[in-house]
Amino acid sequence: MELIQQLVNGISLGSIYALIALGYTMVYGIVRLINFAHGDVFMIGSFVGFYAVTMLGVGFFPALLLAMAACAVLGVVIERIAYKPLRNATRIAVLITAIGVSLLIEYVTIYLRGAQPEAYPSTLLSDRNLELFGVVISSQSLFILGTSLVLMVLLQFIVHRTKIGKAMRAVSHDAEAARLMGINVDNTISATFAIGSALAGAAGVIFGIYYTKIEPLMGILPGLKAFVAAVLGGIGIIPGAMVGGLLLGVIESLVSGLGYSLWRDGVAFVILILILIFRPAGLFGKNVREKV
Amino acid sequence: MATWKRTRGFWVSVILAFSFFVVVEWLIASGTLNIFYVNTLFFMAINVILAVSLHLIIGITGQFSIGHAGFFAVGAYASAIMTMKLQLPFAAGVLAAGVAAALAGLIIGVPSLRLKGDYLAIATLGFGEIVRIALLNIDYVGGASGMTVTHMTTWPWVFACLFATILVIANFTNSTHGRACISIREDEIAADAMGINTTYYKVAAFVIGSFFAGIAGALYAHHFYIIQPSNFGFLKSFDILIFVVLGGLGSLSGAVVAAVLLTIVSTFLQNYPETRMIIYSIVLILVMLYRPTGLMGTKELSSLFKWRKAAQGGMNHGGKNTVA
Repeated sequence: MELIQQLVNGISLGSIYALIALGYTMVYGIVRLINFAHGDVFMIGSFVGFYAVTMLGVGFFPALLLAMAACAVLGVVIERIAYKPLRNATRIAVLITAIGVSLLIEYVTIYLRGAQPEAYPSTLLSDRNLELFGVVISSQSLFILGTSLVLMVLLQFIVHRTKIGKAMRAVSHDAEAARLMGINVDNTISATFAIGSALAGAAGVIFGIYYTKIEPLMGILPGLKAFVAAVLGGIGIIPGAMVGGLLLGVIESLVSGLGYSLWRDGVAFVILILILIFRPAGLFGKNVREKV
Repeated sequence: MATWKRTRGFWVSVILAFSFFVVVEWLIASGTLNIFYVNTLFFMAINVILAVSLHLIIGITGQFSIGHAGFFAVGAYASAIMTMKLQLPFAAGVLAAGVAAALAGLIIGVPSLRLKGDYLAIATLGFGEIVRIALLNIDYVGGASGMTVTHMTTWPWVFACLFATILVIANFTNSTHGRACISIREDEIAADAMGINTTYYKVAAFVIGSFFAGIAGALYAHHFYIIQPSNFGFLKSFDILIFVVLGGLGSLSGAVVAAVLLTIVSTFLQNYPETRMIIYSIVLILVMLYRPTGLMGTKELSSLFKWRKAAQGGMNHGGKNTVA
């Protein structure tokens, strides 16, 4: 029963990772950029949700939507200001810029509101425990899982059934050809950043409810782990990010359950190095030979 | 005579470096430099060693590593274990620091250098985090509260390490092996096709770079009385990365200048850590947007004083004194 309990916890945690990982994977798929600032967009989402609840007094869903909207705007602004001028720059230059943007968001947040943590209001979602065959499942974690699933289905719908989704797939396949076909590549990239960042914002609010404590540097570790999840599933592949996130959450919970909770944060990176060595294309990826 | 002409710059900078050493030693001994300046000077030297060691990995070999604080941490802890737990002299601590960090570099380098670009960056970042988390969880080295270390770092030690680092890396860059590394930076596939054993040279650069990062760790540990895992998080890695990037990817003297300048800047902004990080990050973004080659590009300071076509790599930089 202990095992199943950990599995349930792991899936809740994993769904948060999956939401963040989706943003990473979409952005990587389309511009081949590891958006280091993604974890900080997640942090901003969490704070927007927090201030919406405490200052505007709104409920869970309005707060979630507000956080998603704010993060979408932030994502587009970051892309337009920092990444767009570097479309044709070297990979290292873009990566360093991403690190710079990430540090900038973190420390501007600390500068504006201080580094002290905040406690998410616990009354936001009713917290009743359901008992199912001896396994305790909190209604919160069910709610979290439900919200993430809805968002993921929505994303699948956008990517596969709408015009902008079609454009996104085309640009990620071959940006040059897509441009020749009359697709506005810049707008498509901005849309990808907006969608990915909105998902990170949603993950931020969900994270706040689940862990109650939020602070300006909270985005770093979940951000990195979500990146691990994206690599685990095969970077650039949307279902891969979902599976990778859930898998990573479950593995982390199992490690904590076995009594190594202090090593929990290290596990993600061990998985990362192992997957990079043995299956660099990820679980869902295909190995592509490099052409000269 | 021809040899003298070729190595003249080298000997001049060695002499300059030693006179710099003697002057500073005299200033410290006579008490003209107070403890605050000595601290800043030591910190500067440690940062220069870190910057130059990372310069070999990123600037010369073109392998994007952002886990350098991991090697720094390994060196700091290895030396502290040697001197504090085993009661060995400081020299053994410094040597052990270098060797332990080089071994760590070898262990992480062999598998992960099969990766390229972004993936390598993330793997090294992961390695840095694993080191930090491991140190947090090992009770032998004090866990989160860290280890207390006696003060043993002196100016002759700092200078000797700094001098050795710059000398070895500058000469490595100008050797056959250094050329091989530069060719990997320029185009790995082409280098491979020309018969260069790319994996071997990438690992070699990694191991040498981590060796010197470890030595910097030993100096650091025996200067600041206490070492804690939180001193070696990836913000430290980013700090080192900023030195290299700002100085110019591929310029040794650029890395030295950037490390010296940024240490001074951060000493002045010590009481405002947020402002310091905001300035750092804005500078980083602006440099990448408007001057992606960094301040110096791949040029060296010495090329400013030459009318002939300058050679790549920085042979005539025995010490920071050439910076003025």
